Amino acid sequence: MDLFFQQLLNGLTLGSLYALIAVGYTVVYGIVQLINFAHGEVFMIGAFGALATWTMLFKGTTAIWVLPFMIVGAIAVSVTVAVVMERVAYRPLRNAPRLAPLITAIGISVFLQEAIRLFYPGAKSAMPFPQIEFVTGAAMEWGPLTVRRSALFTIGALIMCTAALWFFINRTKLGRGMLAVSQDKDTARLMGINVDRIVAVAFALGATLAGIAGVAQGLQNNNIDFFMGFLAGLKAFTAAVLGGIGNIMGAVVGGLVLGIVEAMAVQFIPGTFGGSPWKDVWAFALLIIVLVFRPQGILGAKTVDRA
Amino acid sequence: MQQRSMIRLGVPLAVAALALSACGSRTDSTTTSTAGSGTKTVKIGVIAPLSGNLSALGLGIKNSVDLAVKQANESNAVAGWKFEVIAVDDEAKADVGKNAATKISSDDAVIGVVGTLNSSVAQQTQPVLDAAKIAQVSPANTNPTLTQGADAAAKKRPYANYFRTCTTDAVQGPFAAQFLLGQGIKNVATIHDKKTYGQGLVDAFTAEFKKGGGTIVSAETIGENDKDFSTVISKIKPNAPGAIYYGGEYPQAGPLSQQMKSQGLNVPLMGGDGIFDPEYIKLAGATATGDLATSVGAPTESTDAGKKFLDQYKAAGYPEPAAAYGGYAYDAAKAIIEGAKTSLKDAKDVKSARAATLAAIGKVSFDGVTGKVAFDEFGDTTSKILTVYKVDGGKWAPSKTDTFK
Repeated sequence: MDLFFQQLLNGLTLGSLYALIAVGYTVVYGIVQLINFAHGEVFMIGAFGALATWTMLFKGTTAIWVLPFMIVGAIAVSVTVAVVMERVAYRPLRNAPRLAPLITAIGISVFLQEAIRLFYPGAKSAMPFPQIEFVTGAAMEWGPLTVRRSALFTIGALIMCTAALWFFINRTKLGRGMLAVSQDKDTARLMGINVDRIVAVAFALGATLAGIAGVAQGLQNNNIDFFMGFLAGLKAFTAAVLGGIGNIMGAVVGGLVLGIVEAMAVQFIPGTFGGSPWKDVWAFALLIIVLVFRPQGILGAKTVDRA
Repeated sequence: MQQRSMIRLGVPLAVAALALSACGSRTDSTTTSTAGSGTKTVKIGVIAPLSGNLSALGLGIKNSVDLAVKQANESNAVAGWKFEVIAVDDEAKADVGKNAATKISSDDAVIGVVGTLNSSVAQQTQPVLDAAKIAQVSPANTNPTLTQGADAAAKKRPYANYFRTCTTDAVQGPFAAQFLLGQGIKNVATIHDKKTYGQGLVDAFTAEFKKGGGTIVSAETIGENDKDFSTVISKIKPNAPGAIYYGGEYPQAGPLSQQMKSQGLNVPLMGGDGIFDPEYIKLAGATATGDLATSVGAPTESTDAGKKFLDQYKAAGYPEPAAAYGGYAYDAAKAIIEGAKTSLKDAKDVKSARAATLAAIGKVSFDGVTGKVAFDEFGDTTSKILTVYKVDGGKWAPSKTDTFK
């Protein structure tokens, strides 16, 4: 039973990471009905932004006070990339057939990966991520459970981000503007809402969370590489669909469910089809089953607010 | 409805994008021109990962071959012939490696190839190069089946063109098992990455470890692209192993070691030559101290010949270090050059001399920088010296060198 709770914790940690990225897919989809496949790369670039901040300003320091600066650095880089990407690549295509922005998204994804691989010094292979004291280092023992400090950081980040996002969308003017645009773009424009600005804000919001996720991933796995956005992005997209794309709480729930299923599959499925290499198979099998019985996803519904 | 069709389109497109990104290989051709006039050109190919996660090892191989070729040209090793290096990136991927081998075998001036790094890639290059009778001498493939066939009970050499200067997992795994038993560690958990190399290493380790009275408390596998190992570690931890034996390479092993220790599993991780690289320590961080790796041969810097090689390598000014396989690659290139001395002497062109070269390489015997270079009837090196290295103070320090019995 101890092992069950241990793996539940591992799954929650993994799931929190998926959820942080998945929110970015879902927010953008809710506003412009675009699946931004380059979002995984925004996450990857956030991690490199944090690493660059550390390398340029704090190299050698691993004290805890460095962490906020790294997070800010990560967010700055990922938001810049996401907003520029929206302005340059997606806005001109807003009224184009839907396949055009989708292909563009894949193109940008490859472009960003290769840009980091070729131009970030040393990024041709995996790079070590600074080990910040207090959030890495020896695990804590809570009774039978082993709790990694970075896991607490990841889960805490998800809780805080979700709360902040809920407040932003439901309680601020800009957030309500997002709700309005997601319901009816044209009417919202008639009511005096600047739709272009709202779209840019949606991209920036997703990128903020992705940047934080990038730092969390770096702290947790100890290293980052230019390709890490691909699989993470695909998993997060799966989480968003699983939870009901367009629904923010759905993305969070979808991410957590996916993470927990993966962890449990490693622990409890024995024999040839068990173990770590098969965890993705079980995760995607779950996605298929959910979509067969609930095509709109776990929390998705036609009438739910899609912001 | 529109939303769903969007998703239906999106997923295959994403998969297609992945497939496309795996295509294409980069060529990197180094010309070394020192030797005299009116000479004919003979080329030595290099197939190794020159980009990606394993490029630190691959570039060391390429540079070391380049060094051997330069020296051969300077000393005019084969009168009337000038050696050149043609290096092709295999990205550590079997299919890319096969394309690289096809590309090299279409060049009539190629007499032999040094490579590959990965056993799984070699499985693809062997048949291509064998059809063209081009010798392949690997500095790093350690999977026993490459020389002895799939059936360990009835050994049969699959390809007569294939040789290697390093010893195999059939020796490396058991050597590690004996070492751990000698340290008094009786309970070990194994993890491998399901690649040819990793699985071979763990299988050989397990057999010997059980024979010596040890117990494998859990046997796990991980995926080739995994980054997060917390679930696997949680699964192993309650079985209280005294060490983890890992079959695989440093891009996974480094983070695995770090995550193990940050989850409170404070036992050494031991692996084969695939984790014996400075990158491993970089990725594993400060908690890597005490981790172990076996590697073939004696430490390059521990012998006079090895020291001389490293000095020459340094003097030649290559930007990347020789890494774990530099010495073996240098010896592999020299074995091809030695073979060529016999076969090219009276040959008109390279292509007609290829068969004779294979026979000549099988008979070479000289003192290389990693020990005696000679091949047995399977194409394996006759040297069975191995060393256990231990991470100490941020470096791999030799802990025990011995001949495997």
